[in-house]
Amino acid sequence: MSGGCGRNPPPFPDNEDQEAELDTRVLDSDEDDDDEGEDIFTGARSKPITPTSAPDEGDIFSEEGSYIRSDVHHATNGLHSDEELDLFTEATVELTLTNTTSQGRREIIGPTASACNTTHVPNSILKPSIVTKTMEELEEEESGDQFELNIAVTNPEKIGDGMNAYMSYKVSTQTTLPMFLNKTFSVRRRFSDFLGLYEKISAKHSLLGCIIPPPPQKSVVGMTKVKVGKEDSSSAEFVEKRRAALERYLQRVVAHPSLLQDPDVREFLERDELPRAVNTQALSGPGLLKMINRASDAVNKMTIKMNESDNWFESKLQEVENEEQLLRRLHAAVDSLVNHRKELCINTAVFSKSVAMLGSVEENSALSRALSQLAEVEDKMEQLHQQQAFSDFFILAELLADYVRLLGAVRCCFEQRMKVWQRLQEAQSTLQKKREAEAKLLWANKPEKLQQAKDDINEWESKVSQYERDFERVTCTVRKEVLRFEKEKARDFKQHIVKYLESLLHTQHRLVKCWEAFLPEAKAIA
Amino acid sequence: MTSISEDSDKEKVRSVSVDLNNDASLVIDIPDALCERDKVKFTIHIKTTLSSFQKSEFSVPRQHEDFIWLHDTIVETEEYAGLIIPPAPPKPDFEGPREKMHKLGEGESSMTKEEYAKMKQELEAEYLAVFKKTVQVHEVFLQRLSSHPMFRKDRNFQIFLEYDQDLTVRRKNAKEMFGGFFKNMVKSADEVLISGVKEVDEFFEQEKIFLLDYSSKIKDATAKAEKMTRSHKNVADDYNHISGAMNSIAADNNTAFKKTISVCVLQKLEDRVASDQELKLTELLRYYTRDIQAAKDLLYRRARALADYENSNKTLDKARLKGKDIAQAEENQKQCLRKFDKLSESGKKELTSFKARRVVAFRKNLIEMTELEIKHAKNSMSLLQGSIEILNSN
Repeated sequence: MSGGCGRNPPPFPDNEDQEAELDTRVLDSDEDDDDEGEDIFTGARSKPITPTSAPDEGDIFSEEGSYIRSDVHHATNGLHSDEELDLFTEATVELTLTNTTSQGRREIIGPTASACNTTHVPNSILKPSIVTKTMEELEEEESGDQFELNIAVTNPEKIGDGMNAYMSYKVSTQTTLPMFLNKTFSVRRRFSDFLGLYEKISAKHSLLGCIIPPPPQKSVVGMTKVKVGKEDSSSAEFVEKRRAALERYLQRVVAHPSLLQDPDVREFLERDELPRAVNTQALSGPGLLKMINRASDAVNKMTIKMNESDNWFESKLQEVENEEQLLRRLHAAVDSLVNHRKELCINTAVFSKSVAMLGSVEENSALSRALSQLAEVEDKMEQLHQQQAFSDFFILAELLADYVRLLGAVRCCFEQRMKVWQRLQEAQSTLQKKREAEAKLLWANKPEKLQQAKDDINEWESKVSQYERDFERVTCTVRKEVLRFEKEKARDFKQHIVKYLESLLHTQHRLVKCWEAFLPEAKAIA
Repeated sequence: MTSISEDSDKEKVRSVSVDLNNDASLVIDIPDALCERDKVKFTIHIKTTLSSFQKSEFSVPRQHEDFIWLHDTIVETEEYAGLIIPPAPPKPDFEGPREKMHKLGEGESSMTKEEYAKMKQELEAEYLAVFKKTVQVHEVFLQRLSSHPMFRKDRNFQIFLEYDQDLTVRRKNAKEMFGGFFKNMVKSADEVLISGVKEVDEFFEQEKIFLLDYSSKIKDATAKAEKMTRSHKNVADDYNHISGAMNSIAADNNTAFKKTISVCVLQKLEDRVASDQELKLTELLRYYTRDIQAAKDLLYRRARALADYENSNKTLDKARLKGKDIAQAEENQKQCLRKFDKLSESGKKELTSFKARRVVAFRKNLIEMTELEIKHAKNSMSLLQGSIEILNSN
C-alpha cells in the first residue's frame, strides 16, 4: 500500500540517534505487508514505546503476584533497547475453538503506545499487564486445543490530502489457528472498515442474542482536524486514542468464540483489499435508515411488556441499566481527574521556570544553586504528572468509556430477545386467527376454501414451533453471553485497577527519587 | 547568624523567620484564637522579665486591625526610618472555606450521608489550615518586633501588648486612612524619581539593583506557586469524587473496587498533604515578597533622605548667595546629613542581617518541604504496594 510519508510520532528528544536508526527500518519494512514476521514488531518498535514494562511481562508470566518494580524502572529518558520488544507479548489472547460457555479467554488490551506528543513523551508507558491462567482456570478449561491469536493495531498513516484524506492503520495478526492461511500476517485498514465489520457481525449475530462489542465512536471534529493536516499534539493524541480503541475493539471481537468463527472476521484480518464499506457514513442513505430503525426500535421497546417466566432476565436488565449509570458517573469523575492533572502539569512547568529565574537573581551562590536545582525537580515533577495523566486516561478513563458502551450492547442483547419473543407472540396470534377462520369455514360449510385454511394452519403451526425454538435458543444464548460478559468484566476491571495502582506506585517512586536527589542540595545552602 | 532552636514543635511551624524568641526577656506567642463570623480574635500571650512591663506574664485579646494599627504607627515613626519594618500580616482570608461551606449547604439534599459527612470533614480541615496559617503569620509579626533591639522598646508596641482594653480608640479613622492611601501614591511616584538619584555608596547601589530585580522575580514565583498548589488540590478533590463514585458501584463483593476506594481516599489525603507541603514553599515565597518590599521601603526612605540632603545643600548655597537665612539653612543641612548618615548606617546593618536571615529561612523551609514530600511519597508507596499485593493474590 502506498502511503504518504508515514506520520510516525516525532522522535523522543533524548534518543534521536536510536530513532533515526529505527525509522529507516520502518520505511523499508512497510513496503510489503504480508508475512512480515519479525519486521512487524521492529517496525512498531520505532515508536517510542518504552519497554520498561517488558521486564514486567517476565514477572507476570512467571505468575508471581508480588510487585517487584523497584529496581526495574530507571528514571531515564531513554528507550531500553536491551530487550527485543515483541509487540505482541502484551496482546495475547488465548482461546479455545470449542464453542463453550467456559472461559479460557483473556481480554487483553494491547500496548498503549505513546501518544504522538511533540514535547513530553512519557518515559515509560505503562501497559496493562497480562494475567496468565491460574491453575483453577486451566482445570476449568473444557477439552479443546489451545490456540493463540494476537492482534495489534499500529502505524497510523495519513493517506491522501484534504477532506478526502483518511488514516490507515496496520492490523497485524499472529496466530496458530489452522483456519488462517498464515501464522503471521498484516493488512491495512481504515476506520470505516472497522465500522463495516461491526455492521456485518451485528446483522448476523445480534439476532441470536450475542453481545456484540461496539466499535469506537465516530468523531467528525477529531477527524477533520487530522484531515486538514493540523500537526499539533491534540490531533496526534486523537489518532493515538483511536488506534488504541480500534485495537481493543478487535481484541474483544476475537475473544468471542462465535464471532471468531465468522468468515467476515477472518476476511477482515486476512484479506489484502477490502471493498469499501459505504453504508457506514453517518449522513448517507443507509445511515439515515439506520437511525430511523433505531428510533422505531426504541418506541417498540417501550411498548413491549414481556411475560417473564424467569425473573432472572428482568432483574439482570435492571442491574445492567443501573451499572451503566454508575459507570458513567465514575467516568466523569476520572475525566475530571485527567483534566486537572493536565492543568497541574502546565502550572508546574510555569512554576519551574519562575523558580529558575529567581535562582538566577539570587546573590547567595549556594541558595542560587539550590533554587535552580529546585527548578529542575519541578520540571521532572511536570513530566511525572504528564505520565500519570496518561495512565489515568488510557488505563482508567478509556476502560470505563468502553464498558459504558459495552453495557449498552448488553442491553441491546436483551432487546433482541424481546423482539424474538414478540415475533413469537405475533405468530401465535396469527395461528389463532387462522384456526378461527377454519372453524368459521367448517361452520359455513365451504369445502373449497377449507383446504386453503388447513394449509395456512399448517404453515403457521410450523412457524410458531420454529419461533418457539428460536426464542428458547436466544434465551439460552443471552444467558450464556451475560455470564461470560460478567466474568470478562470482573477480570478486566481487576487487571486495569492493578495496572493503575502500579502506575501510581511508579509515579510515587520516581517522586521519592527526585526529592531525595534534591535534599543534599537544600542542605548545602549556607 | 542566629541559632536555629529546634526544640519546640512550634519552632517547626515558624519556618519563614528563624531568629525569633531566642531572648527570654520578652517571649510572645499566640496560643489561641477565636473566629467569630468575620472577625478573628487572637489571644496574645506574653512572658517577660523586662521592668518596663507591669506584669511578668499576661495575655491580651487583639484583632487583626490592631496589628495593622501597630504596623502603621511604627512605619510612621521617624526614628525607625533606617530599619526594615516587619511586613504587616495579611488579613485572614476565609473565602475558600466559606465558599465551600456555601456549596455544601446548597448541595446537602442531593448528596448521600457519607458524602456529606466527608465533605464536611474536608471543609473543617481546610478551615483549620487557613486558621493556623493566619495565626502563624500574626505571631511572626509580633515576634520580629519583640526580637529587634529597637522595636521591642517601642512605646506603641508596649501599649499594644499591655493595654487591657479595646484598642478601637486608636485605630485609624477614615481621614487618616485616606491620608495613608495618598501617601502611598506619592511614594510610588517618588520611587521612580528616587531610583534616578545618583548613589554614592557602592553597597547601596548594589542593594538597589538586587532588590528591584529580586522583588519582581519573587512576586512572580509566588503567584505561580499558588496556581500550582491550587491545581494539586483539585487533583486531590477529584480522587475524592472517584472514591465516592466507586463506593456506589461496589455493591457486589468486588474487592478490586473496594481496595481502590481505600487507595483513592488515602491517595487524596496524600495529595492533600503533598499540596500542603507545596503550600509551605508558597508561604515562604509570599512572606519574603513582603519582606523584600519592606527592604525596598528602607532604601526608598534613605534615598529620600539623600534627596533631602542634596536639596538642603542647594538651599544653603542659595541662602549664601542671597545672604539671608544662612544659619537656618546650615542647620537644616546639618540635620539632613545627620539623618542620611544614620539611615545609611542602620540601613547597611539591617540589609546585611536581612540577607543572612533570608538564606537561612529558605534553607530550613526547603529542607523541611523536601523531607515531608519524601515521607509522604513513601507512605503512598507502601499503601499502594499493599493493595496491589492483596489484589494480585485474590
